[in-house]
Formats: sequence, C-alpha cells, structure tokens
Amino acid sequence: MTVDFTYSVAALMIVALVTALTRATPYLLFGGKREMPKTVSYLGNVLPASIMIILVLYCLRNINLTAFPFGLAEFFSVAVVITVQIIKNNTFLSIILGTACYMILIRTVFLV
Amino acid sequence: MKSFRFAVKQIIPFLFSYLFIGLAFGVLLNKAGYSVLWAFLSGVFIYAGSMQIVMVSLLSSGVPLAMIAVMTFFVNARHIFYGIGFVDKFRKMGWQYPYMILTLTDETYSVLCSLEYPEAVDEQQVDFTIALLCHLMWIFSCTFGSLFGELVPVDMTGIEFSATAFFVTVCVNQWRQFDSRIPAITGLASAIIFYFLLGADRFILPALSVSLIILAIMKDTISIGMEGANDDR
Repeated sequence: MTVDFTYSVAALMIVALVTALTRATPYLLFGGKREMPKTVSYLGNVLPASIMIILVLYCLRNINLTAFPFGLAEFFSVAVVITVQIIKNNTFLSIILGTACYMILIRTVFLV
Repeated sequence: MKSFRFAVKQIIPFLFSYLFIGLAFGVLLNKAGYSVLWAFLSGVFIYAGSMQIVMVSLLSSGVPLAMIAVMTFFVNARHIFYGIGFVDKFRKMGWQYPYMILTLTDETYSVLCSLEYPEAVDEQQVDFTIALLCHLMWIFSCTFGSLFGELVPVDMTGIEFSATAFFVTVCVNQWRQFDSRIPAITGLASAIIFYFLLGADRFILPALSVSLIILAIMKDTISIGMEGANDDR
C-alpha cells in the first residue's frame, strides 16, 4: 500500500496533539500558581475509585451479551482475579492466574 | 536505588499488556505500509495504546484530518479526568512536571493513584521512574512489533486481558483503602446505566462526567464518612 506522506505526518501530529491536550486539560485549568479549589482536590481524592471501575467496564465493553459465549470467559476470569486478590493480596499472582484462566477458556470452553 | 527498584516492582503487573498491545500496534501499522520509523514516532509522541490502533484504521481509510481530531478527542477524553488528582503533586516536580502530565496513561494512572510508598523511597523519584520506564517500554514494544511482530510464533490471543486484570486488582485494593463506598458504587452504577443507554462505544464520557457531578454534590456526606473512619485508626 502506498503511503500519503504529508497526510500521514499531519494525521500523526494531530493525534499526538489532541491526546496531549486531553492529558493537559486539568493542569491548564487548575495548574496555575493559585491554590486549587477545595472541591477539586477533594474530587482528586475520591474520583479514582469511580474511574477505575469505569475503566474496567470500558475494557470489557466489546463483550457481546446477546450471543454465546455471553462474555462468560471475561466474567469468570474477572471473578478469579477478584478472589485471588482478596485472598492472597498479590497483584502479580492475580493477574497471571486471571489472564491464564482467560486464555485457556477462550481456547477450550468458550470458543468464539 | 531503593526508589528505582520499588518503581520497577510497581510496573511488572502490566508489562505483558504493554508489550502485547504495542506489538499488535506495530504489526498493524507495518501491514498498513508504514515503516518502523512511524511506529517509533507514534510510541514516543502519541503514547496511547487504543488510540494508536484506531489511528491505523483511520490512516488506511484516509479519514479527513478534522475527523481524526474529533475521534482522538473522544477516544482519549477520559484522560481529562485522570489529571484532576495529580495537579498539586506533579507541579512540585520542576522540569519533570510537563513530562508527568503528558505520559499519564490508563496504566500509569492506575499505579500512581493507588500507590503506597514505603518510607525509604523518594516519592517524586518513584513517580518519575515509573512514568519514564513505562514510556520506554511502550516505545520499545511499538518498534519491536513493527520490526519483528509477525515473527512471534506463539498465539498470544487473550494476553490483552492482563490489562483488564490489572485494573481489577487496583479496584480491589481501592475498595480496601477507601473508607467510603460511595465513589466506587457511583462509578459502577453510572457505567452500567450509560452502557445500556448509549452502547459500548459511547458510555465512558457520560459515566465519568455524571460520577464527577454526583461525587461533587455528595461532598459533605463522603468527606464526613472518610474523616470519621480516619479518626479510628
């Protein structure tokens, strides 16, 4: 395939700039010398708990709930991660077991 | 040195997902006709996994530049919410400040927002080391994927689940650390509601925005809950 050089350079720069802009927005709004509004620093403390759960669901968003396997491999593996993390409290172990479980399930039980 | 070792330990959990997603991107970009230089530059200057993969299909179908800008904004707008908790922390970091801002990915965000530093380490140095190592790891895997991705013989399908698994462990840890359950439940409920209302591709921004608004409104209730529990320690 031939590559349109100018177009591609412009596209790459746009993606990089807009991505940087989304990352920089909070700092452009609140990063000045003056003190942060109290509500914002409070949100900075509590928001991560909401964000992380939303991020997990975002990772699982492409599951098809209306057809086999109904995301069972994903849900089961997430349950494994939660259980191992609660019992052993070892992040690395939880990820390894959960991912291994997922990779085995999609190859054996829940073939797509 | 202690700080360095501590930082390395924190990023081991998502080593696989970084390597695999970067590799996948490199392979795709290569197939679309772009040389390794493009993969390298994307890794350095964009540094956003899912967006880079989306970009390949945008490039191949010659989508207009304005449309690319809009797409990028919607795919990455969740980053706007990540920075809110780090403004005070990062701005004390001098020349590293802009670098910390621009390298905050899903993964580094989840590490940094739940990190418990041992006393012996230098917090600022740990944060910077994590940011830098992750970025280098990402650049490496994009480049490597472009050069040798297709030579990897093993079928690695499913390894990308390790990113999800990592975020789940962060949720569990936060569930333990947080004294108030309201933030987590708010996030879960709004994500599920907007998923069914708006569908898989459009739920994340409304879910994040509504959570932010609800948490802001419930500030007094949640703050009292958190302080009360802190007093008991």
